[in-house]
Amino acid sequence: MYGFGLIRGLIVTGKNFVQSFYNPSRYTTQEYPEVKSTPPEAYRSFPFLVTDSETDPLGALRCVACLTCEKECPAQCIFIEKSKDKKPDANGRLQFYPTQFIIDSSVCMSCQICVEVCPFDSIKMDKVFEVAVSSRFENLLLTRDKLTKSNQYFHLISPSEAQEVDDRLAAERKVAQEKAAAQAKAKAEAAALAAQVKPVPAP
Amino acid sequence: MNATLLITIGVTLISSAVALSLRNLIHSVLLLVITWIGICAFYLIFNAEFIAFTQLLVYVGAISMVALFAVLLTRVAPSTNQRNKQSVTRFIYALITGLSLFSLMAFAVLHTDSPKEKVEALPATVYSIGKELTEEYAPALMITGSLLTLAILGSVLLAAHSPQSKENS
Amino acid sequence: MSMLPILQTQDPYLERLPLLLREAFTHYLPEPWHTLSNQLISIVVILSVFGLLFAILTLAERKILGHVQNRPGPNRTGFFGMLQPFADGIKMLTKEDIVPVAADHVLHLLAPVSLLAASILTFAVIPYGKNLVALDINTAALYFFAVGSATELSVFMAGWSSNNKYSLLAAMRALAQLISYELPLIISWIPVVMVASTLSLTRIVSLQSGYSFGVLPHWYVFTPWGFVAFALFMVSALAESNRSPFDLPEAESELIAGHLTEYSGFKYALFFMAEYFGMTALSGMAVSLFLGGWNAPSPYLTFIPSYLWFAVKLLSLLAGFMWIRATFPRLRIDQLTRFAWKFLVPLSLINLVTTAFWILSQNWGHLYFIPRLIITLILIVVPYILLSKKLGRGYAVRTYSYAPQ
Repeated sequence: MYGFGLIRGLIVTGKNFVQSFYNPSRYTTQEYPEVKSTPPEAYRSFPFLVTDSETDPLGALRCVACLTCEKECPAQCIFIEKSKDKKPDANGRLQFYPTQFIIDSSVCMSCQICVEVCPFDSIKMDKVFEVAVSSRFENLLLTRDKLTKSNQYFHLISPSEAQEVDDRLAAERKVAQEKAAAQAKAKAEAAALAAQVKPVPAP
Repeated sequence: MNATLLITIGVTLISSAVALSLRNLIHSVLLLVITWIGICAFYLIFNAEFIAFTQLLVYVGAISMVALFAVLLTRVAPSTNQRNKQSVTRFIYALITGLSLFSLMAFAVLHTDSPKEKVEALPATVYSIGKELTEEYAPALMITGSLLTLAILGSVLLAAHSPQSKENS
Repeated sequence: MSMLPILQTQDPYLERLPLLLREAFTHYLPEPWHTLSNQLISIVVILSVFGLLFAILTLAERKILGHVQNRPGPNRTGFFGMLQPFADGIKMLTKEDIVPVAADHVLHLLAPVSLLAASILTFAVIPYGKNLVALDINTAALYFFAVGSATELSVFMAGWSSNNKYSLLAAMRALAQLISYELPLIISWIPVVMVASTLSLTRIVSLQSGYSFGVLPHWYVFTPWGFVAFALFMVSALAESNRSPFDLPEAESELIAGHLTEYSGFKYALFFMAEYFGMTALSGMAVSLFLGGWNAPSPYLTFIPSYLWFAVKLLSLLAGFMWIRATFPRLRIDQLTRFAWKFLVPLSLINLVTTAFWILSQNWGHLYFIPRLIITLILIVVPYILLSKKLGRGYAVRTYSYAPQ
């Protein structure tokens, strides 16, 4: 009431001014573009397609063109064209693949619904925020080759999530392999049984 | 009669004459401010510094505000400012009255005897003015001060809303 | 008058340097032109120095405000943002000058021009150093405030000529603020005049040039009444130059931009130039009246020339203005006027009584110094406490109910 609060306020701002020259906790500005801040791990900017191989990126896409993300996208910004033929995937099964995969990044709102509904962990969120381009229509449509990035890149940007996805996929692959091995063994045993029973000639 | 004095007199008289003839009241008040600045320059030519700057402080700094607020708060609609036949006769009567008053004053000034021997002018420094005001003319100062205070209090009382009129309206 | 420390030939070289430079220029002209040329050179130097100071002040303000707010100020234009004021100047010059069709074009142009003219005229009487004053008149302090009161008229002209009811309302509010604070501004330096018994600024500065016990300067701010008068003067100067926390007339959130709504381009820049010039001139007055003008704070430091001491004191006062801007929120119009009329005016009037007591008790003798000081302090502190209690009555201490203690 007698002006002491005013003096206290002046001391606070004075301290801030003096310490902003040598104390980094008082001077929290990061001067972009000399200092780029690292976004946290859950940061998301736009989606990208994960591929398992670096030498043949478009051939090892995890995406099987199930069209779920295209249907679930609330902004309806994904356009997929399914292929006519099938290719074997990492588990050996024959799957379709997308011949065209376009995301309109001027419409995409980074809501991550496409990532959440993908059953094959093939579309994940990227962290690149310097995406400014100079023409509005052509350069903002991200096509398949621009969207494809390798699994190593996914490990770089979100290590824990990539590790968890890899572990889960490896576990599924192991289960599938064991099942296939068990089936093959059962088939072999059945064939051996059939071979044993077979040499009874008909009269 | 040097050029500075002539220019000052010219500016003062011309601005006051134009101020009286304009339709827009705000423009008239602003030209009146120029008149007051001319009077301040007049005082400065005769080495009366204190009264010149007091004139500036009081007239240009405060009385101009009063005049402007008065004009603004009692705005005359522009449509009533038309020229009609009555205003022409009024102008002629005003001219006759003004000229007769002016000739009376001019006659009085020109036929006054000036003193025979030269009188030494009193020093007009701030110190001497203050000394005179507080010793010789102190009663006059105090009476003027109380008069002004009473005038301000009276105007504040007149302008304040009384509670009964609020209830009635 | 013989006690004035005028420049002697045995003063150090740096002290006489500005006058010698001026002499070198006027030396080439014939004899009758010497006074005119001297005055013209003084005018040119004052205008250019304070124009450059205005440019640097805008940058310094933004840098200081930035560092207080945990960010750098402008630092992209040139080294440390040094070219920012020039970039701002180019921007203001090349902006389109929009004047509303129904506005009063003559007054619209005249308002910033007369404001700037009145602000620049006030620089004429401030003593910048020993013998470095452009106009040495007997009534210098009165001249300063008389010319400064012409700035209020320009504010009104700006608001009225825009033909915009919001500008007019804001101009009325700005005028109310300026008139309310002119009273404590003028009454606060009357004690100085009472003690110095002169209105001449050069004489007031030269009267503050002694040192008691070899260390304490005779500046008026080190006396009890002088300290109160200095504080009152600084607060009123903040309000008179429309600075935070009294910047209601020009704040963007108040009635758009107040009386400056319809101004764009260079006229807008002229308004801000006039505000900074007013701030600088009032700080210069505060330095001359209270802080001893161009006097050094210690007798061992007089080798530094007097104009440098004036510059140091002026710049520290201006930095104080910016510090205050960075700290305090804005006052509302009713808080403003209440503060002026119910707190500052009574305090300044009581300060007059205190100074009168200090002057009249001067010949009590050295033994009575402590009782004099105690009585003076009582005369200052008791009204301060009573008035601030009364000012804060009816406004409870704020309790925040959402923040956990």
